[in-house]
Amino acid sequence: MKKSHLLILAVIAVAISILVTTAGDVSQYVSFKEARELAAEGNLTKVHVVGRLPRDLQKNIVGLEYNPTLDPNYFAFTLVDTNRLAQRVVYFNPKPQDFDKSEQVVITGAMRNDVFVADKILLKCPSKYVEKDIKGATASVN
Amino acid sequence: MLNTFIGDVGHLSVIVAFVASLVAAYAYYQAARGRALGEAEPTWLRLARGAFFVHGVAVIAIIASLFGIIYGHRYEYYYAWSHSSNHLPVYYMISCFWEGQEGSFLLWIFWHVLLGGLIIRFNRQWEAPVMAVFAGVQLFLTSMILGVVVLNVKIGSSPFILLRDFLTDAPVFRLNPNFVPTDGTGLNPLLQNYWMVIHPPTLFLGFALTLVPFAFAIAGLWKNELTKWVKPAITWSLVGGAVLGVGIMMGAYWAYETLNFGGYWNWDPVENAVYIPWLVLVASLHALVLWQRRRIGLRTAFVLVISTFLLILYATFLTRSGVLGNASVHSFTDLGLSGQLIIYLGAFVVLATALLVVKWKSIPISEKELTAYNPELWVFVGATVLCLGAFQVLVTTSIPVYNAFLGFIGIKSNLALPADQIAHYTKFQLWMGVAVALVSGIAQLMWWQRNDKETVTNTFTVPGILTLLGAALVILLVRYFGLKMTPAYIVLLTAGLFGVLANLSMLLVLIRRRVSLSGGAVSHIGIALMLLGVLASAGYSNIVSQNVSGLVYSKDFPEDINRDNVLLWRNESAPMKDYDVTYTGQYLDVPGVPGYVNKDLLFLGINDEFRALARGDIKRGDRVYYKAGDTLEIRPEDTYYRVEYKNRKSGEAFTLYPRAQVNEEMGGLLASPDIKPFWNHDIYSHISTVPDPSKEKEWSEVKEHTLSVGDTIYLNDYFAVLRAIEPAQKSATAGLGLAAGDVAIQGDIIVHGEKRQYHVHPIFVVRSNLVGRVPDEVTDLGLRVTFNNVDPATKKFTFGVSTTQKDYIILKAVEKPFINLLWSGTLLMALGFGIAVVQRRREDRRPSAPNKPAAVRKRPVQVA
Repeated sequence: MKKSHLLILAVIAVAISILVTTAGDVSQYVSFKEARELAAEGNLTKVHVVGRLPRDLQKNIVGLEYNPTLDPNYFAFTLVDTNRLAQRVVYFNPKPQDFDKSEQVVITGAMRNDVFVADKILLKCPSKYVEKDIKGATASVN
Repeated sequence: MLNTFIGDVGHLSVIVAFVASLVAAYAYYQAARGRALGEAEPTWLRLARGAFFVHGVAVIAIIASLFGIIYGHRYEYYYAWSHSSNHLPVYYMISCFWEGQEGSFLLWIFWHVLLGGLIIRFNRQWEAPVMAVFAGVQLFLTSMILGVVVLNVKIGSSPFILLRDFLTDAPVFRLNPNFVPTDGTGLNPLLQNYWMVIHPPTLFLGFALTLVPFAFAIAGLWKNELTKWVKPAITWSLVGGAVLGVGIMMGAYWAYETLNFGGYWNWDPVENAVYIPWLVLVASLHALVLWQRRRIGLRTAFVLVISTFLLILYATFLTRSGVLGNASVHSFTDLGLSGQLIIYLGAFVVLATALLVVKWKSIPISEKELTAYNPELWVFVGATVLCLGAFQVLVTTSIPVYNAFLGFIGIKSNLALPADQIAHYTKFQLWMGVAVALVSGIAQLMWWQRNDKETVTNTFTVPGILTLLGAALVILLVRYFGLKMTPAYIVLLTAGLFGVLANLSMLLVLIRRRVSLSGGAVSHIGIALMLLGVLASAGYSNIVSQNVSGLVYSKDFPEDINRDNVLLWRNESAPMKDYDVTYTGQYLDVPGVPGYVNKDLLFLGINDEFRALARGDIKRGDRVYYKAGDTLEIRPEDTYYRVEYKNRKSGEAFTLYPRAQVNEEMGGLLASPDIKPFWNHDIYSHISTVPDPSKEKEWSEVKEHTLSVGDTIYLNDYFAVLRAIEPAQKSATAGLGLAAGDVAIQGDIIVHGEKRQYHVHPIFVVRSNLVGRVPDEVTDLGLRVTFNNVDPATKKFTFGVSTTQKDYIILKAVEKPFINLLWSGTLLMALGFGIAVVQRRREDRRPSAPNKPAAVRKRPVQVA
């Protein structure tokens, strides 16, 4: 066998391993129900959940808990997923400044005990006429 | 006044540019068709050249019109209204130009015009077929900004659309169709940064430069000149590699300096979209060099050159079609043009692939069997590694595309990007880095000599031993400082050092031969240094602001949660790692005054939000910039939080001003870091949260104090004296509209704070027999004083005092070790590319002076 064939075989092997590993790392958009089921099975892989923030009649968000003078790294809120299931979420970081104004929230993380521990929050903010998203409008850990 | 003329000129120019590129493409095609290279049909050629010239003029007219609209604050146009505003300095108006999709397309089009002009001028022989490709691409790009509706299908999005045609539902236009807003919505403050003035043009020049080798490759396939195209393509690829590489790193530096995710690279799909073609471009460059110097790898060169350009088109599709949706936070606004983008992408992929397949068999290949002693093999391995790296990023970045595609054919898919992207990409890209560093060293050492067992041992011994010694030393030092090193890091460190040292040893040899041969070695050193810089700054980035207060809300998850932010009360120092850190107040940028000006020195209550009154003299050193009472211009959107750092061990002190911008459009407050550079690390800190500025402060109940002049009291635990009652300062009452008989007096209360004294000046006004009060605040102390009443008989004065929570910030501070290696590596890489370009140009000129023996003798071992 020629060396070039060996090289091609090696390349194919690496490419396949890339595909396999990526398939293993890929996360999913799930509902809180599925997230709870995953956690119940002992599966702690991080998932994405899309949801909305519950608001009262005055359009204020219900259930925000952030008291920086006590602990700046603890922020908790309630998120309602697309199946209308509400879930308490904890984020061990300061509250993102634009959180109050966001309509849709995407969180990544996993259920632990009874709360969803988020390590990343991606906010979609409504803009009057067109959606303008720019890097920096999110808060992320890392 | 609604001015439709300039927009009509602009839109007409777009149409002219589009039609002219169509004519040019067809005429160049006809000129080249059925004729050998360099023997283009002259009549068609003349027509084509004329059409391309008209196209170029029209493009410049489009740019001039659009800039005229922005510069003239013509808010009747959507583009100016949505991207600019009255208070924007001219240099940022340039950035508004390319903030929108249309403007950035224009930028790209403009670079193509310029490069096309250079090719017409300098590559006469290749003009017809190459320019046919160029004009075809221009046709595609200009159609993206055409803004024409044909048979209910929107083709392109025009930057010259009027606001009233864009916001058709806005009620104001029903009342008055000629309504023109007085101000625009402004440029995103994150883009108000000098890097954003030069980063996009650099990046798009890089984009444009990938078209040149692509066009030469296509022309070569078409005209059956399967080898000649390599020579011009190499030079252009070198320029493209340098420009695109530098452009990417400029974006990284901007992100590091302006955004607050804590680094320079976030594996965001938009970043990846440019990184992928750059890797393939660099790989293609190596394949081209292999063919030109050693006559192997031509097929690879064809494939890679063509892939590079197609990947640029794919990047355009990813970032501009809206397909990224939730996956990216900074792709462009979706203009509803994804169909158009897919058609173009598909057309170029199919045409280029078909042409390549048809000519595949006739592309010459080398029968030479490579062994490990052939440097060509190692160059080839290097190019392969780069392509695999690109492939890996491509596979992951395209996840949203799979979702969209599966959704399109009716399968519901809910795939998401990996939850921990950094870990995911690092898993592969770290090893790509290792392989690149090793192979670049090996190939460079072997490239310039004939290799057998003996010479290879000789050449590799010194750099090999130095590498091992160096790596051992660094590992010991890392251990000494109490840090851990994973095996992967050790491997990357060793490979990176080898990359630097092997290339350096070759560089020392080459410099003695001829400096201009050293381009490869220099840029390889740059790349290896960048890898080491990434290893140190990302692998060992160190949170300075660990919360050490011991106060935690919930102890449910204590084990592995990092608490990376600390609360700093104003003027109270807090310990953070080696530093004592103090937050000392809010500052504003006053144009014309160096540094920042303390907000306490400014009276902001006047009607114009872009102006303030000076409460005291504003001076720097001996120079007084503004006197007390002067009106001055401010930039109200940015607040700078002054944070003092003092190193407890060394006593070294410095001050940082991390910034927060109030930005309603982006939904609140945006933080940007401030960075203190040291030679071996950066201290990077940004604000995570401040008390919400849009919320009214909650004040305590007012407590009344009745005082005579000279009396002392305690205000919120601070000792205070009523020094005097005096006529109010003119500047402070300017906005009240006082008439001749009216009276305004102020109390002068001195409050002794922890660090300094504060003068508080609450004002008491009698205007046409009505009493008015203007309270004064000391933000430092959380104190507000109102002058409530005057009793002329007893000469006693009543003041109302209320208090609020003291001002605070929540800060995150990170130490980034040896990040300078990354930036200096970037510069070296660019320098290496530059040297190589110079070398190619010299060689291009050589045929005119072939009997210079010196030039030949200097590369004796090269198999030409």
